[in-house]
Amino acid sequence: MTSAIEVSGLVKSYGRTRALDGLDLTVDSGEVHGFLGPNGAGKTTTIRILLGLLRADAGTARLLGGDPWHDVETLHRRLAYVPGDVTLWPNLSGGEVIDLLGRLRGGLNPKRKALLLERFDLDPRKKGRAYSKGNRQKVALVAALASDVELLILDEPTSGLDPLMEGVFRDCIREERENGRTVLLSSHILAEVEALCDRVSIIRNGATVETGTLESLRHLTRTSVTAVVSSPPTGLSELPGVHNLKVDGDRVTCQVDTAALDGLVKALAPLGVRSLVSQPPTLEELFLRHYESVTP
Amino acid sequence: MTGTWSLVRLALRLDRVRLPVWLLVLVGLPLATASSFAELYPGVPERMKLAAEMSNNPTLLGLYGRIYDATTLGGLVSWRMGGFLPVLIGLMSLLLVIRHTRAEEQAGRLELVGSGVVGRRAPLTAALVLALLVNLVLALLIALGMIGQGEDATGAFALGLSFAGAGLVFASVAAVTAQVTENSRTASGLAVVVLGAAYLLRAFGDGASAGENGPSWLSWLSPLGWVQLVRPYGNERWWVLGLMASVCLLLVALAYALVARRDYASGLVPPRLGPAASAMGSPVALAWRLQRGSLLAWSAGLAALGLALGTAAEGVGDLVRDNQGMADVFERIGGAQGQIDQFLAGALGIVGLIAAAYTVQAALRLRVEETTARAEPVLATPVTRLRWAASHLLFAFLGTVVVLGALGLAAGLAHGLRTGDLGGELPRVLAGALVVVPAAWVVAGLCVALFGLAPRLAAVAWGAVVLFLILTYFGAVLQLNQWVMDLSPYTHLPKLPGTPFTATPLLWLVALAAALTVAGLAGFRRRGIG
Repeated sequence: MTSAIEVSGLVKSYGRTRALDGLDLTVDSGEVHGFLGPNGAGKTTTIRILLGLLRADAGTARLLGGDPWHDVETLHRRLAYVPGDVTLWPNLSGGEVIDLLGRLRGGLNPKRKALLLERFDLDPRKKGRAYSKGNRQKVALVAALASDVELLILDEPTSGLDPLMEGVFRDCIREERENGRTVLLSSHILAEVEALCDRVSIIRNGATVETGTLESLRHLTRTSVTAVVSSPPTGLSELPGVHNLKVDGDRVTCQVDTAALDGLVKALAPLGVRSLVSQPPTLEELFLRHYESVTP
Repeated sequence: MTGTWSLVRLALRLDRVRLPVWLLVLVGLPLATASSFAELYPGVPERMKLAAEMSNNPTLLGLYGRIYDATTLGGLVSWRMGGFLPVLIGLMSLLLVIRHTRAEEQAGRLELVGSGVVGRRAPLTAALVLALLVNLVLALLIALGMIGQGEDATGAFALGLSFAGAGLVFASVAAVTAQVTENSRTASGLAVVVLGAAYLLRAFGDGASAGENGPSWLSWLSPLGWVQLVRPYGNERWWVLGLMASVCLLLVALAYALVARRDYASGLVPPRLGPAASAMGSPVALAWRLQRGSLLAWSAGLAALGLALGTAAEGVGDLVRDNQGMADVFERIGGAQGQIDQFLAGALGIVGLIAAAYTVQAALRLRVEETTARAEPVLATPVTRLRWAASHLLFAFLGTVVVLGALGLAAGLAHGLRTGDLGGELPRVLAGALVVVPAAWVVAGLCVALFGLAPRLAAVAWGAVVLFLILTYFGAVLQLNQWVMDLSPYTHLPKLPGTPFTATPLLWLVALAAALTVAGLAGFRRRGIG
């Protein structure tokens, strides 16, 4: 499999603050890649380097096999971009902006544009200053999704969209994947990433802390287990990999490392399990675990 | 009105650099002029001689206004500053009001403030209170400065208050225009048009006072004319200050009535729907769409000014021909034709310098697009940085030629038709306007250089234009060294029509403009966006 985006050891400083500090990111062709991190982690800076708007201080970045700083003309023909905070020209209508950006990119599909306008329920005749934040976001989304490109770079594209429109957005992204397009989806909305992404990179303070499929990432985290047993639960606290154990009469709750799950189940079985609930780690917990470790 | 005081403090905090700089310039100019005049015209005979020369020269009367008292230093300062300084004071005041009302509202920041405990009239009240404060401080500083020069206190306060009065009238004008449109640039544009019209009325009225029966009453129609009609140091007419105050109160009452009638963020003119699709497909098409309004408005405005100037020029000649007593004086400086040429060259020069505001605004559009993040989606398409920059710079460079061309054509047409020598006069007058182009290009080049190499300082270009204006038009009065005045590209322009044309300085200016532009573009290609 070839890579659409290959970034390694990226460094970018603004004065004394280091926005990126050795960031790595690999996005395979044809996948939807989640780019996760809290505000200020360096997501937008990375994207701006990929778009040739900023120059990295150190490290390498390859985009669709080219150099994002030098090959602007050829690379940008093959990608579409949706910024996180869309600002429109106050006196241009949404339809004008969609057509303009599409044409600058080398043409857009009028049928798909009409379809997208309908699906996103967007009035293209309103002027930029009259749109709400969500509607401005829709203008940028329609402009990007209506063009024939290989790569979509989306920077927190659903901020300001209502839940209904978020659903439409997810359908659109799934269709894009079926059509073989690559998507880099920067987000801090975990449910969205969980629903859409094949692989995820989590960044913190300008560096990648975790990357892989959701499955493999879950492997690194703990499962919550709640059990009701017949005999008094003893000896569970000595098991390796069991954390936050609480025993309340016949009720046991704990968190267990995924690798130690087998040991816990074996220890519970002789006690006579009457009820057992196990919750796989959500991305949220995964995320929090990485960010909590910052504060000692 | 709840929350007004908090908003005034917020505005003071936001303007903590801008307003002191304005005050420094606006107070510094008259005081520097006073010390300069004290040296140039130490005694009453020198001053009377100056007044006699001025009072019969319609061009200079139009430019600077009438002299009401030539015996005192204060009277001379009141005359020399009264014609033009109130324009700058009015500009400061109207920009201040728009900045803290409509611009904040358009940016959505007022919404945040407005959701707090703030009355709906509070933002306008706060802006007007700030304008009042600034103008009173200005009046006080000028009055104290003049008293410091040893001048009579009564006249000093009359002078300071007459200047502040002009500022407050235009603050009130802006209070009204801010309610009319949703767009802050349109709002300040409307107020500037009123300012320009007031300047023209005063200039024509004062210019006409050189003749016996000229329409000198025109000055009474202009708030800028009232400044000198207060007659500081020359038997003050205090009631003219009352006239200014009444006009302010009327306009402010109108503004409050309008505030009560409109919704937040809307104007009186409702917005229209736009087209659902567009044929725009290139950066130049986008730039044209974004810049055409300003280009057309400036062209139309300067063409109207040109028509007025061209029509008036022949009248200047008439005034000179009627004035038998001064005939030989005028003969020495070129007779009636010399006077007309001098008037045209002077007026085209000043209006040409004002057109630099168009140039700066068109060139700095690049920076506006960048800081509002609207450049980003365009630069994320195959459009290269150079192509994008060139699309807007086309309007800065060629747009300036169009705007100045409109001025020259209109003035030449009007003057040519009045003199009956269209074929002869039109090219001469047009050349007088177009000769300003190379200097304006240097301004454009400066904008590009700042944008490319020091983008955060891009707004310094506005300061440079004000500096050029001061150097070129007040340099001599301030007794600046020639090399200081030479810093302004406008100092190097040949004064057409009337003096021989020399191409050398123009070629140097074009070369300088090109060098600045190339350096700026090279810097822009290498730097980060945003």
